[in-house]
Amino acid sequence: MADLKQRIDEATGTSTVGHEWDGIEELDTPMPRWWLWTLYATIVWGLAYVVLYPAWPMVDSATKGVLGWSSRGDLAKEMAADAKRRAPTVNAIAATAITDLPAKPELMQAAVQGGGAAFRVHCVQCHGAGGAGVKNLYPSLTDDDWLWGGDLATIEYTVTHGIRNPDHKATRTSLMPAFGRDGILDAAQIGDVVSFVRTISRQEKASASSARGAALFADNCAVCHGAGGEGGRQVGAPKLTDAIWLYGGDRDSLTATITQPRNGVMPRWGGRLDPVTIKMLSAYVYSLGGGEKGLAPVAEGAGADGQP
Amino acid sequence: MDTLVAKAGGWLGLAFLALVMAAMAVDAPFAVHMIIVAFACLLMLWATVSRADYEAIARGLLKMPADEGVYDDDPIRWGVIATLFWGLAGMAAGLFIALQLAFPALNLGFEYTTFGRLRPLHTSAVIFAFGGNALIATSYYVVQRTCRARLAFPTLARFVFWGYQLFIVLAATGYLMGVTEAKEYAEPEWYVDLWLTIVWVAYLIVFLGTIVKRREPHIYVANWFYLSFIITIAMLHLVNNLSMPASLFGSKSYAAFAGVQDALTQWWYGHNAVGFFLTAGFLAMMYYFVPKQAERPVYSYRLSIIHFWSLIFLYIWAGPHHLHYTALPDWAQTLGMVFSVILWMPSWGGMINGLMTLNGAWDKIRTDPIIRMMVMALAFYGMSTFEGPMMSIKWVNSMSHYTDWTIGHVHSGALGWNGMITFACVYYLVPRLWGRPRLYSLRMVNWHFWLATVGIVFYAASMWVAGIMQGLMWREYGADGYLVYSFAESVSAMHPMYLIRAAGGAMYLAGFLIMVFNVWATLGGRVRTEKPMTETPYNAAADRPLAPVPAE
Repeated sequence: MADLKQRIDEATGTSTVGHEWDGIEELDTPMPRWWLWTLYATIVWGLAYVVLYPAWPMVDSATKGVLGWSSRGDLAKEMAADAKRRAPTVNAIAATAITDLPAKPELMQAAVQGGGAAFRVHCVQCHGAGGAGVKNLYPSLTDDDWLWGGDLATIEYTVTHGIRNPDHKATRTSLMPAFGRDGILDAAQIGDVVSFVRTISRQEKASASSARGAALFADNCAVCHGAGGEGGRQVGAPKLTDAIWLYGGDRDSLTATITQPRNGVMPRWGGRLDPVTIKMLSAYVYSLGGGEKGLAPVAEGAGADGQP
Repeated sequence: MDTLVAKAGGWLGLAFLALVMAAMAVDAPFAVHMIIVAFACLLMLWATVSRADYEAIARGLLKMPADEGVYDDDPIRWGVIATLFWGLAGMAAGLFIALQLAFPALNLGFEYTTFGRLRPLHTSAVIFAFGGNALIATSYYVVQRTCRARLAFPTLARFVFWGYQLFIVLAATGYLMGVTEAKEYAEPEWYVDLWLTIVWVAYLIVFLGTIVKRREPHIYVANWFYLSFIITIAMLHLVNNLSMPASLFGSKSYAAFAGVQDALTQWWYGHNAVGFFLTAGFLAMMYYFVPKQAERPVYSYRLSIIHFWSLIFLYIWAGPHHLHYTALPDWAQTLGMVFSVILWMPSWGGMINGLMTLNGAWDKIRTDPIIRMMVMALAFYGMSTFEGPMMSIKWVNSMSHYTDWTIGHVHSGALGWNGMITFACVYYLVPRLWGRPRLYSLRMVNWHFWLATVGIVFYAASMWVAGIMQGLMWREYGADGYLVYSFAESVSAMHPMYLIRAAGGAMYLAGFLIMVFNVWATLGGRVRTEKPMTETPYNAAADRPLAPVPAE
């Protein structure tokens, strides 16, 4: 059983090793030279690599490698080089008040570019890749229908302080009451208000219901949305007379909104992003199509409520 | 009779215990799992009672010992069928999630059918259910033939088969219910892990026992590979799944490791699951079935020794390359990369030994579709074991990591190497195991071959393009130093690639369906009238254990 039955294989002219398992024999072919030398070469390369780069774990840290390379160091170097390259533009933007940016087209251009990059990282999740928003969820930034105002300084304020951040004093805030849920209006009354809102937005003809709704609107809604439904930017109350709807303008959507409003939130980016990035972001949002000329430039923190 | 009563009582007791566990469960999935276990116990009870030989018991006959003069092939036959069954499930799931990526509406709005839950179902079904059953079945076949001995511990061997199926069912249903350890390829929770440990140790005992009772002086190379696969998987499984259950009656546990240690343990496991499950195990299949089908000696005994030992020594260190540019310390990343690159030639040793075994039988590639599959499998093996070391180089990895290039790489290995070699082995096994003159149709093997090959090409090529495109888009900076693309833009750019990938997967699945039909028809004893192709003769007289020689 243990005797070897070596023989010369006819097809290859190579000797077999002499073992046999279930009819399988093995040839005694030497290892291919190219294979062996490539294996040696990779080993030699490996030995060199572990001398050049961090490799051997020691008692409290690892060998640093002759080249002194580290991934953190590498990143820091690249970041520093890039920061240096961008420094002139960034410094110029930092030194320019946001309201003065449009007067310097080159700077404005750079700010819009940089803001676009930041927007693609931080904002697209809600506002969409092109800033078009998501229907019935997040506002579009490409039109001229602004909830809180669309001039540069206002946008910058909104981005910096966010919307309805309960832990932040300077945040944009307001609270539309839950007219239905809290029983402020009954179902019929809400139906009337809906009729009125759809009348002023020219989706429905005036009716008895909308006439009743007009009175209810004046009592309950006009304080924020304005007597004619033209909206109120102090409290982020949307304009109700146009065809742009944040949460839908059909009867069902409006009923749902009045019954239980969404009171949408946006994170505040001040503190998370540096002031220059926020400035650039604001310039980008401003440039999307609906940017409004600022009113008279206002010094920061001018208003009693901290809002420009 | 007493034994029978004890056995039946034991199963009933276990079923009852499982039901008690289900009643005490702190979460619904655990209860469902325990009910499944109880059901399995009742099935065993039914099998025990209904299959007992009452006449023999009545006549007080002792059970005849199994005939040592024939191989124990029952669990292998079951294994082949299980391989096909789970392969179908796993590949269909794969096609479905590929389509989900292209058409998110296919998530269907149920938590049970989301990509996140179906994806581990797909990976586990194809790797562990399809691949695992193929490995267990072929290892039982190969170890008996190359040891010329009947399988040791036949009851344990059957336990391994059925225990493994229970593991698969528990794992798969767990994924759908959201039960997961969140460790890739090691998702099953603690109690399923414990069960697999028991099954796996039983597997080791059966395999090792058969090697010990071998009637050949030497252990054949295929068995080295099988043994390294079984032992290493046991070790990987135990270490990576070390965890503390939150409750003994619940499906939640917490890993013993945290943070980057956990990540490193996971990828030490994950990479060696590839190395020892999908590489070493399938190389073992290759080392038996390729020389058998080609009827040629193995190319080089020396190469098989060197590449075996270098492969298993080097593979175990390569895991950190999955964590390049992460919180993993630089030295560990270096280690992972260096060992991966040196691993290149040891991996190729298997390809050379497989392909060059065809020396003197190259003409069979033209005439024998099974050989053709084996050659294609080895070609894909060679390609993906070159691609792997290349992707482990940090400079390449900085672009390829987190992209679909990785997915393409995995699938050129999985579809090309693991799939093709498994198909070839099953085609080899089926007529021999069921005593059929030949397969229902060799021509259909050829159709399967082409569908699978073209499918893989579509799959791999689209994922290369997709991966490189993603990698480049993510790192694309404009002249002003800002990122050009948002992540969502890279996602939408992938859509055409996802469609091509799904088409490739559909072709691969179509080929597999042809295989299932072919095997089904072969089992039914049908033979298709067709123009003949090369067949490897089968000598039934030689396919039996060496009879024990009485001592003189």
